[in-house]
Amino acid sequence: MPERAEAIKGGVQAAWRHDSGHKHVSGAAAYIDDLPEAQGLLHVYLGLSTVAHARIKKLDLDAVRAAEGVEDVLTAADIPGANDISPTHRHDEPVLAVGIVEFVGQPIFAVAATTRDAARRAALLARVDYDPLPAVIGMAEARQDGTLVTDPMTLARGDAEVALKAAPRRLKGRMQVGGQEHFYLESQIAMAIPGEDDEVRVLSSTQHPTEIQTMVAGALDVPANAVTTEVRRMGGAFGGKETQGNLFAVIAALVAKKTGRAAKIRPDRDDDFAVTGKRHDFEIDYEVGFDDDGRILAVDMTYAARCGWSSDLSGPVTDRTLFHADNCYYFPDVRLTSEPLKTNTCSHTAFRGFGGPQGMIGGERVIEEVAFALGKDPLAVRRLNLYGPGGRDMTPYHQRVEDNIAPEIIEKLEADSGYQARRAEIRAFNETSRVIKRGLALTPVKFGISFTLTAYNQAGALVHIYRDGSIHLNHGGTEMGQGLYTKVAQVVAEAFQVDIDRVRITATSTGKVPNTSATAASSGSDINGMAALAACDSIKTRLVDFAAENWEVPKEQVEFLPGCVRVGNQEIAFADFVNAAYLARVSLSSTGFYKTPKIHWDRAAGRGRPFYYFSYGAAASEVAVDTLTGEYRVERVDILHDVGQSLNPALDLGQIEGGFVQGMGWLTTEELWWDDAGRLRTHAPSTYKIPACSDRPRVFNVALLEDSPNREETIYRSKAVGEPPLMLAISVLHALSDAVASVADHRLCPRLDAPATPERVLMTIERLRAEAAALEGGAA
Amino acid sequence: MRGEIRFLLDGAPRNLTQVDPTMTVLDYLRLEEHLVGTKEGCNEGDCGACTVVLARPRDGALHYEAVNACIQFVGTLDGCQLITVEHLAKDGALHPVQQAMVDCHGSQCGFCTPGFVMSLFAMTRDHAEAPDDQSIDDVLAGNLCRCTGYAPIVKAARQAYQKNPRGDVFARDEAATFAKLGALQDDATIAVSDAAGARRFFAPAGLDDLAALYLQHPDATLVAGSTDVGLWVTKDMQRPETVIYLGRVAELAQIAETKDSIEIGAGVSYSAAMAVLGEHYPDMGEVVRRIGSVQIRNAGTIGGNVANGSPIGDSPPLLIAAGAILHLRKGGERRSLPIEDFFIDYGRQDRAPGELVERISLPLPEAGTRFRAYKISKRFDQDISAVLGAFSLKIEAGQVSSARLAFGGLAATPKRAAAAEAALAGAAWNEATVARAMAALAEDFSPISDWRASADYRLKVSQNLLRRCFIETTEPDCETRLVGQPGLAHA
Repeated sequence: MPERAEAIKGGVQAAWRHDSGHKHVSGAAAYIDDLPEAQGLLHVYLGLSTVAHARIKKLDLDAVRAAEGVEDVLTAADIPGANDISPTHRHDEPVLAVGIVEFVGQPIFAVAATTRDAARRAALLARVDYDPLPAVIGMAEARQDGTLVTDPMTLARGDAEVALKAAPRRLKGRMQVGGQEHFYLESQIAMAIPGEDDEVRVLSSTQHPTEIQTMVAGALDVPANAVTTEVRRMGGAFGGKETQGNLFAVIAALVAKKTGRAAKIRPDRDDDFAVTGKRHDFEIDYEVGFDDDGRILAVDMTYAARCGWSSDLSGPVTDRTLFHADNCYYFPDVRLTSEPLKTNTCSHTAFRGFGGPQGMIGGERVIEEVAFALGKDPLAVRRLNLYGPGGRDMTPYHQRVEDNIAPEIIEKLEADSGYQARRAEIRAFNETSRVIKRGLALTPVKFGISFTLTAYNQAGALVHIYRDGSIHLNHGGTEMGQGLYTKVAQVVAEAFQVDIDRVRITATSTGKVPNTSATAASSGSDINGMAALAACDSIKTRLVDFAAENWEVPKEQVEFLPGCVRVGNQEIAFADFVNAAYLARVSLSSTGFYKTPKIHWDRAAGRGRPFYYFSYGAAASEVAVDTLTGEYRVERVDILHDVGQSLNPALDLGQIEGGFVQGMGWLTTEELWWDDAGRLRTHAPSTYKIPACSDRPRVFNVALLEDSPNREETIYRSKAVGEPPLMLAISVLHALSDAVASVADHRLCPRLDAPATPERVLMTIERLRAEAAALEGGAA
Repeated sequence: MRGEIRFLLDGAPRNLTQVDPTMTVLDYLRLEEHLVGTKEGCNEGDCGACTVVLARPRDGALHYEAVNACIQFVGTLDGCQLITVEHLAKDGALHPVQQAMVDCHGSQCGFCTPGFVMSLFAMTRDHAEAPDDQSIDDVLAGNLCRCTGYAPIVKAARQAYQKNPRGDVFARDEAATFAKLGALQDDATIAVSDAAGARRFFAPAGLDDLAALYLQHPDATLVAGSTDVGLWVTKDMQRPETVIYLGRVAELAQIAETKDSIEIGAGVSYSAAMAVLGEHYPDMGEVVRRIGSVQIRNAGTIGGNVANGSPIGDSPPLLIAAGAILHLRKGGERRSLPIEDFFIDYGRQDRAPGELVERISLPLPEAGTRFRAYKISKRFDQDISAVLGAFSLKIEAGQVSSARLAFGGLAATPKRAAAAEAALAGAAWNEATVARAMAALAEDFSPISDWRASADYRLKVSQNLLRRCFIETTEPDCETRLVGQPGLAHA
């Protein structure tokens, strides 16, 4: 009998490395642009609108067609099916513009050539006569114009208006929050290979293979079964490839079917910036009523979002904004309203947090205002208003907060980070430091887990075991770097008690697992892990039945142990065991399916249980600000984050650290700047500044909350981790605000907007100094 | 004349006779060599996903430098060994920097990873021991990662040293590689063209040859590091007919100290100049440390930054404040002028067709001179300045005896602040004088608003930089800076 291992390698809870780590570092991990090209492959490039809003008077593509290397040029007239890639089926997003353009960067035509360079050059040769129409670019214009791209939502509980009037204190204000470019390192890309009849195979850098399939089928006017979408890995996505890959996949497929040749399209980074949507920027109007202790009594907030030219996902995004306006706080009487505004800019889309971060940052501003109004530490006001027992557990959407661990997390982090002592030290430092001022803030996060579109909370998986004991795993989730493939493979390894090396992770394909949900809403491992486990369980049931019958033992005596199966008194190596099952004609393949329980949502009524559970965390950030220039540096960050019982602590830490730094970028140096003509002038990394290595916190202490299994029955009691950590970075904005407030002795709420670029920090300092001086003058 | 570009791809010789003069190294690797490990992230030398390492023989040893393949032209590889991410793992074993990246969970989506690996590999050639945090930040400033938040990569940078990363196959083969590369050197001017024979690439090996060639082809595009010209090609889709590469001209690569000046050849890279500048002008060294990234500084030149005439180049204000002299050459004729006079207007410099920048004379600071330079940008590392202020003040007995204030980002050219200088000259170095000079800056400049900064901020921060300079020169114990080399000398 072979020596049995004590434990398998790469089971659940192991800090196992990313499945592709060794390939990433050696250049062997293939992204779509790295794959061998079929003979005769055509390279496609888009011709883009150069104006923000206009009627196309004349489109002259003769020079494009005549250019060297050009094989074909496509316009909307070449689309056999629907000229529409609207993900929510509002039919407001043509693949290629017809008659009218609505933003700078809107695709008008596509050119296919023998080289990418030739296609790119040819695309510049179009002569387009525009008849300009009034364009709405900025937030102020958009609010004045008032056109909405989708239905707004209101969440209400109690009577905010009456409660505001009755409150002993009340104040109102406005906050601007900028958007964010995803800056996935691998830009959008798709490759289509034509097949027989109406078939086409589409390789797409997408988080949502089924949607690619749907859009391609719609545009080609073929059934879904003619289209197979595959994706092995993306070079980052962050929400930017949930719907934004549709355009490229459809164009590649159109060219492939029209020409009968393989086709590939990859925009240059500048064009990727111009064409694709980003995180929504918001203007938040808030009014809060509170008592003299700082207890919030009523809140009324309006979240106006610049959505761009089409609806895309702006409806669900702005809904999620409202779902997170409360963050961890109980608002007794509350009204929250969204304004999804239409503008002549790229169509904003999903981005890690999906509107939640913007909702939360408004709620945190309200807390800060109350604290400054009363001269209290914002942390004290935060604690006072946390959800809790005694009727203080009802969200504005009428879901009870049943798993609230925010108070414990805050308390532990406050102690572990030495918050109170450091706050005192910082105040003392600021007394004597003339130029450099420091700031500290501790902010919590509560993030709702589940798609608010209930139907998306389902997943499928496909597991095969071959006769040699090797396992083939497939599921509907996609790998964008987050380690989902690794986590799900860990689940399968654990289920069969085999080393993870035995589990072959295979590219997500609509041909293997149909009707996939987007890998989004942090749900990847929750739903795909469960679906894979279901597939394993159904095979295991058959195997147990087989073993019990074959070796004539009770089923209870069949047990999967590391590397082998114990049947009665004998231990059989896993490969031998499954081969025996094969010979006995037992199916070694199964699908698995999962749907998230307990959830329901009535949008019209604003009531339900949209979230299965909440993920929690908190961060304490310390910054130093140069009051002469507005430059700053994040000196120290302490994070305590809840991932339930971690499936993989190494990957979870990576999500937390990376999400935090990405959130920090959103709130600090990442600024999207459109000129009056609607051209995005921060269009590439030279002008759009994501955090660099030296921007990471100087001291970065990240811990997972221990002994805190998910109270709901999730996959091995873990919790979702993709999005929530991004919002921990709100602590950085508040730390900057704390430092800035020191120039006016913390008497005035800085109302520091985001992104807090050095310019915005300095200008806020200048404004506060002026206001403080005016206050002195008034007092004198 | 030589009609081919010769280099080593890892260990394999390459002799290219037909060369598109602006084909990038990245396109060459991916499209011609089918080496697809090197990635295109931004196509403008900013994200570092395309980082490759070039080894060049210099002073009897091989020097390894990380560069951005996406904006470097393939002709500039002549005489180099080109090392890509595919070449590091040998005999089935990952290189120590690769293994450390795996072990520290330094990759998530993996797309930026080849670039990080190459920057870390180059780091191991420059640093015998695991470098400190500041050095690691500098090494990685030109590599953007959107997934990890960098902490695990920094950890990997240190951990790589536990496995003797310098004892690798490249070290083993160094003498042989050195010899092979030596055999590729000659004094012939390289002249190659694309397949159609229409667009040409020249690479002269001597200054006289260069001057003659440029006179003959005054419309040619001169290229040193192509950190700017590269973008004309990859972003503006320009296709210059004739490219003359300066990288083989030994005279231009010289940087020399005389008794009262530093003579900087037009082909001296930022990397090569950084230490010398920093020794005499600490703040100049500090600004250069924040120009671009290691990859950009290895390729880009101070001469190019001047010749290009951009109002937001960082070198010109530094050089103007320090009173540098620019030396130009056209054929056999030479002339010199104060560097500030070179910048006439936006996009216009005092340079005739066929005339090239040969050298810059940077005077050594006189005793009693306070030189301060401050780079203001949204992000500390690898960002184009919103404002760059460089101040050279001579303060004697509490009085400003001379003041040279130069700014970038405030006008159509890098420019001195005449009114502010006048407010300072001869006045007592005190709060009131500084306030007057700050006010005078508003007469000197009417900056524009754009995506880097608003006009208001540009002016306000420029004024505050004068105040910072005052504080630093009068209250040396007052903390005024959040970044910089520790122990930066504040003379």
